[in-house]
Amino acid sequence: MSRVLILFAHPALRTSRVQRAMADAVRDLPGVTFHDLYEAYPDFDVDVPAEQARLSAHDVIVLQHPLYWYSVPPLVKQWFDLVLEHGWAYGSQGRALEGKVLQVALSAGGRAQAYGPGSFNGYSIAQFLAPVEATVRLCRMRWAEPFTVMGTHMMGAADIREAAARYAALVRGYVESDAVAAGGR
Amino acid sequence: MQAFLVAATVYLAAAVVAVPVAKRMGLGSVLGYLIAGVVIGPSVLGFVGAEGQDVMHAAEFGVVMMLFVVGLELEPALLWRLRGALAGLGGLQVAGTAAAVGAAGVAFGLPWRTALASGLILAMSSTAIVLQSLQERGWMKTDAGQKSFAVLLFQDLAVIPILAVLPLLALAPEGAAAPGGGGSHGGAFVEHLPGWQRALVTIGAVALLVGVGRSVVPAAFRLIARARLRETFTAAALLLVIGIAVLMQFVGLSPALGTFLGGVVLATSEFRHELESDIEPFKGLLLGLFFIAVGASIDFPLIGRELGTVLGLVAGLVLLKAAVLYALGTGARMGRDQRLLFALALAQGGEFCFVLLSFATQNRVLPERVAGLLVATVALSMAMTPLLLVAWERFVATRASSATDAGRPHDDVHGEHAVIIVGFGDFGSTVGRYLNANGVDTTVLDLDSDRVDVLRRLGLRVFYGDASREDLLRSAGADTAKLIILTSGDTEAMRTLAGRIRHAFPHLTILARASGRVGAYELIEAEVPHVVRESLDSALHLGVEALHLLGVRRHEAWRAAQRFRRHDDATLRELAKVFRDRAAHLSLAREAIRDLEQSMRADATGGVPPDDGAWDPESLRAEFGARPPSATG
Ligand SMILES: Cc1cc2nc3c(=O)[nH]c(=O)nc-3n(C[C@H](O)[C@H](O)[C@H](O)COP(=O)(O)O)c2cc1C
Repeated sequence: MSRVLILFAHPALRTSRVQRAMADAVRDLPGVTFHDLYEAYPDFDVDVPAEQARLSAHDVIVLQHPLYWYSVPPLVKQWFDLVLEHGWAYGSQGRALEGKVLQVALSAGGRAQAYGPGSFNGYSIAQFLAPVEATVRLCRMRWAEPFTVMGTHMMGAADIREAAARYAALVRGYVESDAVAAGGR
Repeated sequence: MQAFLVAATVYLAAAVVAVPVAKRMGLGSVLGYLIAGVVIGPSVLGFVGAEGQDVMHAAEFGVVMMLFVVGLELEPALLWRLRGALAGLGGLQVAGTAAAVGAAGVAFGLPWRTALASGLILAMSSTAIVLQSLQERGWMKTDAGQKSFAVLLFQDLAVIPILAVLPLLALAPEGAAAPGGGGSHGGAFVEHLPGWQRALVTIGAVALLVGVGRSVVPAAFRLIARARLRETFTAAALLLVIGIAVLMQFVGLSPALGTFLGGVVLATSEFRHELESDIEPFKGLLLGLFFIAVGASIDFPLIGRELGTVLGLVAGLVLLKAAVLYALGTGARMGRDQRLLFALALAQGGEFCFVLLSFATQNRVLPERVAGLLVATVALSMAMTPLLLVAWERFVATRASSATDAGRPHDDVHGEHAVIIVGFGDFGSTVGRYLNANGVDTTVLDLDSDRVDVLRRLGLRVFYGDASREDLLRSAGADTAKLIILTSGDTEAMRTLAGRIRHAFPHLTILARASGRVGAYELIEAEVPHVVRESLDSALHLGVEALHLLGVRRHEAWRAAQRFRRHDDATLRELAKVFRDRAAHLSLAREAIRDLEQSMRADATGGVPPDDGAWDPESLRAEFGARPPSATG
């Protein structure tokens, strides 16, 4: 069994279709802590000690957000800046996150064809996520293959349901797996 | 006097015993009163007899008051929102039922006048029973609940023209004068005037009523309110209603129509809720008395003799009304189970039937025998309603149906609002404007009648009223509201009020403005869940401004304010636990201040404070830089 923490970031949940369905699919799963960042910190006043304690208490961190300007929404960036302190998350003394898994779960308006070399956007999703991946690796965490829902602008209700179900299955898989929790160090 | 007191004792005792028992059994208070009447009436105990009729006439004044309150609740805006359902469903329900019942009457050999009169009367349903039952079960917000409310509202309005039309259907010309009801009254001074003069006087009286209701009455109430004498206000409210009734009788109009009009005129005034709650107990008592009198006058020997007829009438009435309603529900494209609920909920006769029946007999519209049979029929059909609703719940609503599926957002048909704001000074009005700007409607109560006056001139929905009265809160919509916001600034009064609210309306979430730290302690101690200090945020804003003027960058000053606020909120909760103990409070407070200073003060190197440590590259330079700059300078 692994303890899963979902860090959810969406600044306009009221208008959301995809992220809302994904959130609803995992919010009440047993073994999952669902933490809604924009609900907790409307004023970006991230509570650093509380966030660090929460991270320490989990084995798998899922970062769930829509892709905004090829990147994370701004509160996620604020959260990175403040919570991942030198000497706690990285640096020679910073080993608090070592061995934990970080799983990105994002949705993007562009379709899969719109990403990759020579495509409309010119780069792949993996390339756009390079800063996040490097951050994760600097903190000695394990980088998981990102879960992506692409082409959200064209998704119908059935597609959204299907994507949310796939996402919930992924999260449930983490909860049930012992390998992750044991795989620290 | 002696006889009066004895009779009063009997009536009141019957009500006090029967109503709680009936409510306990899920039958509602109307049935309780009826049953009480039956028990003390000639058929069972025989405590009351011949004077039952007189009591009924006196108690009909309760109906006059009820129409005043109905008028008060009828804001033009609410009428407008419900216009479709009102005119469409309501109109068709009354017309359709009157036609169906009338046709059945003719088919059974009644003269057409009698049949039509019966049809109009029996088209009424029981507002008291239906609203009570639907509210109790939380079904008001369902499709059927909303449509039922619209139909009942239309019926309430239709009573007035029906009162006017009934005398025209009289069997014999010119009956005895009817108290409470409408039509021409024997004693009216307009009796011997020619027709056109009579019309002029009538129009004049209505114009007078509207004009005075608009200008003089609110001004007078404002004066009385300033004196802050509750009894005077109640007396003035009663005077108003009785005065209107007398004026109407004087010019030969229906007192019910007059008070209804008066109610509508005052519905938009700031005294609406205050008036409503002042009249409410009188209305309730008189209506109760009226129902008891109806119960006492149910002619059981008659029912005994004609048991078959009465049972047939009850079954016929309920089936006919339900059929008409079901057809309307189909036309309005309601879901199947909602349609059934709508049909069953409104299939009974109502309290207005009793009023109209007694009025009709006095005006010789209906023969005594027919009226007697119909009173029994209506009473029995009312008694059936709770049973029908229980059956619906058990057998139709089984699959977690649309009744509970009321989750979709819907305008509240009552015209009441989700938020009540108590006190509308600077603080309350800012909260109110912010909520309004975000599409949340609020009901505002304030005790300062001058301020209420000014705010209403600005076009705000503000009512004069003392929120410490449970009945006033109720008529301001506390039963259906979600939040109540206390902004008066008088901590002691808010503590008492919060206690009362928690007791009477446990579903309401309380938010309160605290003046100062001690005010906050006291409210926290009184278990108010959301306490907001009135000056904390503005003081910090000013502090940020000051730091900035001293050369601190805005963002840094702002972060410091956020940190200060978080720390202060946390210590407030701690200090609230000990604030009555001076010594403990002092030492804890000193400690808190020290903590705060420590956490706020940037460290010696001039970097950012600990909480924002991640923004400080100092430690990075120390670990990764070749030569820490701190060493150089
Ligand atoms: C400010 C903003 C920036 C966005 N930037 C991108 C982007 O860079 N690439 C992309 O594919 N979609 C972009 N989108 C589309 C969102 O990713 C997409 O609408 C979202 O994932 C849909 O999820 P939702 O229904 O939960 O909001 C952007 C949307 C917004 C509002």
